[in-house]
Amino acid sequence: MTGNPFPVLEINHLHVKRGNEFDLIIDQFNLHQGEVMAIIGPNGAGKSTLLLSISKLLAPTTGAILFRGTPLDEINDLEYRRNIALVLQDPLLFDTSVYDNISTGLRFRGLSKSEQNERIEDWLSRLKIDHLKNRHASQLSSGQAQRVSLARAMVLRPTLLLLDEPFRALDTPTRKALIEELRILLSETATTTIFITHDQEQALSLGDRVAVILDGRLRQVGSPQSVFAAPIDSDVANFLGVENVLPGQVMDSNQGKITVDVQGIMLEAIGQEKSGKQVLFCLRPEDITIWRTKEVPKSSARNQLPGRVNSISDQGPLLQISIDCGFPLVALITRASVRDLELELGMQVSVAFKASAVHLIPR
Amino acid sequence: MELIWDGIKEAFLLIIRGDPEIWAITWLTLRVSGTATAISLLIGLPIGTWLALRKFTGRGCLFSFINTGMAFPPVVIGLWVSIFLWRSGPLGFLGIIYTPAAMVIAQTIIATPIVVGLTIAALQQLNPYMRMQLLGLGASQFQAILAMWRESRLLLLAALMAGFGSIISEVGASMMVGGNIKDQTRVLTTAIVLETSKGRFTFAIALGFILLLLAYIVNYGLTIFQQRGARNKEIQ
Repeated sequence: MTGNPFPVLEINHLHVKRGNEFDLIIDQFNLHQGEVMAIIGPNGAGKSTLLLSISKLLAPTTGAILFRGTPLDEINDLEYRRNIALVLQDPLLFDTSVYDNISTGLRFRGLSKSEQNERIEDWLSRLKIDHLKNRHASQLSSGQAQRVSLARAMVLRPTLLLLDEPFRALDTPTRKALIEELRILLSETATTTIFITHDQEQALSLGDRVAVILDGRLRQVGSPQSVFAAPIDSDVANFLGVENVLPGQVMDSNQGKITVDVQGIMLEAIGQEKSGKQVLFCLRPEDITIWRTKEVPKSSARNQLPGRVNSISDQGPLLQISIDCGFPLVALITRASVRDLELELGMQVSVAFKASAVHLIPR
Repeated sequence: MELIWDGIKEAFLLIIRGDPEIWAITWLTLRVSGTATAISLLIGLPIGTWLALRKFTGRGCLFSFINTGMAFPPVVIGLWVSIFLWRSGPLGFLGIIYTPAAMVIAQTIIATPIVVGLTIAALQQLNPYMRMQLLGLGASQFQAILAMWRESRLLLLAALMAGFGSIISEVGASMMVGGNIKDQTRVLTTAIVLETSKGRFTFAIALGFILLLLAYIVNYGLTIFQQRGARNKEIQ
């Protein structure tokens, strides 16, 4: 920690124009010392444009980016870049050994050989690639190459680490292992980090806070729990996989308990919206449980409805069940559950979900 | 066939005996073409790098012009250099027409577009994010360019070889701006033309053989250096 009272990074009214068709607009954004900010959004949303601007590789059209309270245009380019380290989706290792790759940024900074060696050995060990140090970069697997790329950045002890989808090309087990290791390393070193991804799972795993960018606009920033549980609008909800977004109207509101009319069916939610308010009723598919109609147990779920199975589709480890309850609901359940329930198309079932699982968005 | 065999034998004898005229011609050839290659590298490498990394209107048009320059006939370049260096020409005051300096200028003009064109090609085959990655690791602009040259060194060496190869074998420009003056501007190619015109085919074949040998030795050295880099990549 330093004594600097300013956020590591601050963005004020940033507007970046790229060509005639794309604009990135961010009104306000702060990143504090030691914080890991996961920036998520679909392809083409503007995540990389933001990263380029923060790297001082793309000049804003208007607005300001401040580094520790000083606008970037008042800081020498090289001086600023030597406070940051960039890891890209492609590890982009140089045509030399692992050791020389990791030393690249240190050599740029003119560090002594002994200090270079000390830092490199430390990060070779932390990222478990000691045994690869003399190997040529072209002979590494994707996972090993990305570890080297991370070591090459971390060895610089950056004030701000910028990660641009570094795990995108990795297979699932490698990715999960590396994310977990990186989470621990970032926490141990208190490295302030911006982590760009389009993968919500990765954002949840690494981010202390999550920022959602859609169509060049920063739409929502908050803790992973708050962003995923309470998306700010239907676009964010859709992007975050809240597949059940239904228009409704608040019929009753009493001490935080709300009754919402969704297409003629009364459902319960928790919130502060007033009676008569038009809302979007949002429910994550994994928050829905399904029962065989004759076997509904007593449950704390305030919402229980009958329905009919419309479709069953594969979603990798889970199955997506579409149910007609008078309005369409989508649920995600395990294969084992589908087997136990003997679910099949057209079958009558009961669905249940808690009032607290519902998120209401005013419209 | 006997003519060719005699030529090879004479070349061998000329080399073994250390004929002073042959050595003087060979040394001048190496000096002129080596200097022109070095200068074209000094000019072509930065220009090629700048063009490869900058985006501006008319870039494609400029690339076409450079590519055309790569195939420019040496005799045309010899003509224009002669016009400029001629006593009454714009650069006549330099007084260097029919000197090795004039030959170096002409050969530099021949080799530079080749070095520029191949430098552009070498840098453009790098990952487009390479420069961003280098800057993102704290490289200065100059450090980033040096690192990119290092990354594309195999192709840059090919550019060097192509540049050297194009000028050591050219005859038109050297003849026009050098004049093929004995002991002053006579290089292997112009000497071959002269000996052939005199009907001394055996001697011409010998000179040709030495020229080939010279080109081979220089390119062999560069190739060994180039392939050592490639082997380092393959074997571990």
